[in-house]
Amino acid sequence: MSAEKKYGRDVVIETIARLMIPFIQLYGLYVMMGTEGAGGGFQGGTVIAASFVLYVTAFGITRGRKNFPESWNVAFKCLGLYLYAGIGLLCIIFSLGVAEYLNYAAVPLSNIIGHADTRALMIADVVEIGIGMTVMAAFVSLFFDLAWKEESVEEEEGGAEE
Amino acid sequence: MIVPIDLALLFFLVLIAIAAITVKDLLAAIALLGAYSFVMACVWVEMNSVDVGFTEAAIGAGATTALMVAALSRIARWEKG
Repeated sequence: MSAEKKYGRDVVIETIARLMIPFIQLYGLYVMMGTEGAGGGFQGGTVIAASFVLYVTAFGITRGRKNFPESWNVAFKCLGLYLYAGIGLLCIIFSLGVAEYLNYAAVPLSNIIGHADTRALMIADVVEIGIGMTVMAAFVSLFFDLAWKEESVEEEEGGAEE
Repeated sequence: MIVPIDLALLFFLVLIAIAAITVKDLLAAIALLGAYSFVMACVWVEMNSVDVGFTEAAIGAGATTALMVAALSRIARWEKG
């Protein structure tokens, strides 16, 4: 009890955070790929990163670090970058002789999926998920680097033992 | 674009900006900068530029405020002098 009181854990804040975090992340996903057309990857990634900031605010930075470690950050950053650059490279490979980076119409998927527009939109969504992943991981990494203190681990461990 | 609403929003914007650079409490300055970003987002939306307004609300009022509060947790809260 005393440890919880010491670090400002509050049942109201925790319940509200538990309620709001899934909706914030859903809204971020909607911003990223809900609308038809390019754009929104950066904003959606920032909204999803803000949900992680809310988690850290409600549950403490040590628990947030435990649930979203730095290795995941690096993995998300690199995966997003590879999604973006990979689609671009795929377009370079398929637009034979012309070498047009991110020319979605060059990828021969229309036989499988259908119209060229839907195919281009799908690939634009993949690119936007890549952008959003990279922005989200970079922002969360920045936030942890700014807010992390070495003594916070010892403090919280010491408080739990009391 | 409605001129009286525009003028009122810009008046609030100038007021909040002056308050943000004169206040001695840095946490209050961060909160005022968040309010500045929010009013700025309202100005963008009022100018029929919803996309820029949404970006301003997400980056300015959400992300930058959280980053500055995180940076403030490592330094002194009150400005000297």
